[in-house]
Amino acid sequence: MPEENARTRTIAVDMVARVEGEGALRVTVKGETVQDVELRIFEPPRFFEAFLRGRHYEEVPDIVARICGICPVAYQMSAVHAIEQVFGLRVDGAIRDLRRLIYCGEWIESHALHVYMLQAPDFLGYESGLAMAKDQAAVVTRGLRLKKAGNAIMTLLGGRSVHPVSVKVGGFSRVPLRRELGALKDELLWARDAAVETVRWVADFDYPDFALDYHCVALRHPDEYPFNEGQIVASSGLQITVSEFEQHFIEHQVAYSNALHCTLQGSSYLVGPLARLNLNQGHLTPLARQVLADRRIELPLRNPFHGIIARSVEILYALEESLQLIERYEPPPEPALPVVLRPGTGMACTEAPRGILYHRYEVAGDGVIRDVKIVPPTSQNQARIEQDLRLFMPRLLRLPDKEAALGCERVIRCYDPCISCATHFLNLEIRRESA
Amino acid sequence: MKNDGSSSSSIRIIGLGNGLRGDDAIGLLAARRLRQTIGNCVEVIEAEMAGVDLMELMKGARVAILIDAARSGQAPGTVHRLDASAGPITGQIFPRSSHAIGTVDALELARAMGILPATVIVYGVEAGNTEAGQKLSPPVVRALDEVVARVLQECEVFHA
Repeated sequence: MPEENARTRTIAVDMVARVEGEGALRVTVKGETVQDVELRIFEPPRFFEAFLRGRHYEEVPDIVARICGICPVAYQMSAVHAIEQVFGLRVDGAIRDLRRLIYCGEWIESHALHVYMLQAPDFLGYESGLAMAKDQAAVVTRGLRLKKAGNAIMTLLGGRSVHPVSVKVGGFSRVPLRRELGALKDELLWARDAAVETVRWVADFDYPDFALDYHCVALRHPDEYPFNEGQIVASSGLQITVSEFEQHFIEHQVAYSNALHCTLQGSSYLVGPLARLNLNQGHLTPLARQVLADRRIELPLRNPFHGIIARSVEILYALEESLQLIERYEPPPEPALPVVLRPGTGMACTEAPRGILYHRYEVAGDGVIRDVKIVPPTSQNQARIEQDLRLFMPRLLRLPDKEAALGCERVIRCYDPCISCATHFLNLEIRRESA
Repeated sequence: MKNDGSSSSSIRIIGLGNGLRGDDAIGLLAARRLRQTIGNCVEVIEAEMAGVDLMELMKGARVAILIDAARSGQAPGTVHRLDASAGPITGQIFPRSSHAIGTVDALELARAMGILPATVIVYGVEAGNTEAGQKLSPPVVRALDEVVARVLQECEVFHA
């Protein structure tokens, strides 16, 4: 681990624990100055963009669901909305509501796991969720039951709690009966109260004093907290349609990682719960506002460690929204709208638990996919994570390497990075020059 | 997951893994075959990418028999049998899951929270190739027969 000589010190985290996928970090320090921060991702490259070329559009939702076991709904939602744009299909009413509901299920599942099992141990002085469970079984039980409430929504709408199988272009292969959704209500009411407790619990953690000037990016919708629709907005004032994404957000290769870095106007930016909450605070529910006010938490949040608060507020939002959607649900006449094929290119961006997820599909007249681009949230946050580490490192320099490395891991975990989603394969030409 | 496992039954077989990654599918395939053989007598669950949800899947069973891919450095197809009810499974037999909470973590969480079934037997089949999109490698195909036969024997013993 430590490689040290008189002048240069390298802190290496060979395996970043408690993040999705496999990543490593290398920080090079010279004297008191941080010289270099490289977050390396070595999950085997993912070939999904290439897998999808030549496949029929109907296969896409099931294939992209396999990109990630934590956020399959996000991949399915970005895919179906992009392909529906190609076909000129507009999904509304109960099917639109069910899509919001299944997305709520995924946020609850993903956020509850991260808040309770992956990040809370960092604030409470435990080395892992397991160590915390030994001491605080009641708290962990609450977290796991919350997660299970999300699983229940996913299982009912998606057919199973991992890699749902019912999402399709135009709607669902099956929609639930009113009484099936109604059966979730009691548990969701319990979960809503547990989510309030969760916000209070995390609000009382001790946070390092570390406010940053983030360039936040998220979807924004005029009427609702965003899941599947809206414009892309940034705290700089940028406001664009999803189809303009690639004109503003540029992906590029860095030598040390097989995930692509994405930048906005040449610099790093932040996506995910913190950015989403800051840019959509107007759509918070009265209950969420009240809980934040009780704990004297003011938006916008600027501290990356407050990501756990944003995630907890979003669990609460997702539960309140789920209850509303269930209350007003009347099954649609058909589970899916009919599709009329036509060639073209469609783009969509939806709010995955970890931030905006952009998909673009070029579809031929026979419904076969010609080209695909997928930009996941973790690759968008990668440059920002490195920036945070550069700024946080000076506080860790006096610590022994092992503790400094743990400090770095804590910063990385604030982002709940889903490294397995972030990796792409890029054709690379290597030029070798003689010395 | 084919079943979210809230019902209680005396013996529960849970196959784990990722069906799209070569030998990592061994647990799922063994569970599928066991369901065809003895699915009427015991509960059989295929739990793809279960992570922390494994705890929930085991809940209420008297005996849980888990089948998963293992990687300890031994020859592909080697079948390990571990008794998790006796104490924590130590050593690097099961690869750390890419989804943060793997089989061993979920077992230890269940133990810490007092919800581990009285008997938990874990079959680990040493994986060779876990590349995406591959079939089981020949030694793991042979191990599939072995692990299915051994789990059937376990069921007879635990039924007695």
